[in-house]
Amino acid sequence: MSRYAMVIDTRTCIGCGDCVVACKTENNVPAGLNRDWIVEATNGRYPDLTTEFRSERCNHCSHATCVYSCPTGASHYWRGTNIVLVDPGKCTGCKACIAACPYDARLIMRPEGYIDKCTFCHHRVEVGKDPACVSTCPTNCMHFGRIDEPESLVSRLLRERRSKTLLPETGNQPNVYYLV
Amino acid sequence: MVEELLITARANPKIDPSLGIWSWEIPVYLFFGGLTAGILFFSAWMILRNRDEETPFAASRYAIWAPIVLSIGMTTLFLDLEHKLYVFRFYTTLQPLSPMSWGSWVLLIIYPLAILLTLATLRKGYPMLAGLLEKLPFGSLALDLSERFKRPIAIWTIPFAIALGIYTGILLSAFSARPFWNSGVLGPLFLVSGLSSAAALAVLLAKQHGERLQFARIDLGLIAVELLLVGLLIINLHTGSGPQVQAVQQILGGPYTQLFWLGFVLVGLLIPLMLGWLEIRNLNPVVFLGPLLVLIGGYLLRQLTVDLGQVSTWTNYASQFNPQLLELLP
Repeated sequence: MSRYAMVIDTRTCIGCGDCVVACKTENNVPAGLNRDWIVEATNGRYPDLTTEFRSERCNHCSHATCVYSCPTGASHYWRGTNIVLVDPGKCTGCKACIAACPYDARLIMRPEGYIDKCTFCHHRVEVGKDPACVSTCPTNCMHFGRIDEPESLVSRLLRERRSKTLLPETGNQPNVYYLV
Repeated sequence: MVEELLITARANPKIDPSLGIWSWEIPVYLFFGGLTAGILFFSAWMILRNRDEETPFAASRYAIWAPIVLSIGMTTLFLDLEHKLYVFRFYTTLQPLSPMSWGSWVLLIIYPLAILLTLATLRKGYPMLAGLLEKLPFGSLALDLSERFKRPIAIWTIPFAIALGIYTGILLSAFSARPFWNSGVLGPLFLVSGLSSAAALAVLLAKQHGERLQFARIDLGLIAVELLLVGLLIINLHTGSGPQVQAVQQILGGPYTQLFWLGFVLVGLLIPLMLGWLEIRNLNPVVFLGPLLVLIGGYLLRQLTVDLGQVSTWTNYASQFNPQLLELLP
């Protein structure tokens, strides 16, 4: 199984929001809905403060509770990878997957009603391109690739730098990493 | 101190309340689904035990309520779907790891069982309705066949009624992402609550004093078990992981405290328990109050559980922003 991961350097991210705009443009995400978002986390007490910017999205978990909770098989892994997609033709809009996602990363498409989410831009990955957010990033803080290939950029970054994932304690095995 | 700010918008129910997962439709379905399970369980049970004399209502007049109540529940369930035209997709697959998939198949089986059990008891319970049905083509045949296979129908009804009563609780408890739901107690709690609601409805609808008394007695036991399960749920969550401890605080001093303890526990369980106890001693002046409160309590349990699960989450952005500070600006 190919395992794709996104590695985001919180030290070079400036929270500009270009990844969010790129995603909306690439995927025609309707106004008011977002597949990715940015969190600015400030730690400490004035004047000793540190700030971390995180571009967040679906974590394309290796143990995705949303996939297991789906009653129709609409939520599925794309071609045996860890990329989690929703098939609108199978989705009833029951919202079990929204309840099942500990990252609250899913949304209801308006006005259609099926459930939507980040796709890691699988239509670009398919032709060897990076997801839109990654290829747009002006500070080059976002990286994408196969984590099961030891010599890929993402694997090397994770070997050489300290990193973290969000809520690994949920057991979902997320695949978006943050370099800290 | 940690402060986390969202500097771009996101589609999230906590930011956009219109995206809340489940509103009133699902609690209504959970309540009526549980009630149907109880109705079918008691009618099938009384049929199998040949209690036509002692409990004539349950044995021959109660089953017809099951398809009616289930239809209301399934209507609200359908109303909740966001992508309604694709509802048939529930029945093009069976997803073994999804309790909702199992539940949708249970519904498909329980519905005809409820209708067959109704047909099998129609001539005895509602002769006028049976007369009308006999005028339709194949009406008599349907009644004859259902009556002939009354016992096998009742035998099959029991396990599927239990499945219908328990699966909704299992469904919610399987969501590890919602700490308040993530407890195995929820399945049995919903099952017992559904049986208790059905016993209460039988007290309200049965005409014979002896039968009412018998169901009041049954309900007394069920309410006691339900109280025990509610206690176990709270212990389970209170001694659980961090997010679970945080989730249960919602009813231990948090915003849901009053509704949970005064509405559900006191009005929905303790007062009916007391009234039921008086009833079986023939001391209860208001016979219908207790069962009515049980039904209200049964609904409140579903609404509270669904709401509490949705406000409990792993993703809590540590926002320290105080909007009142804005008022200090010139």
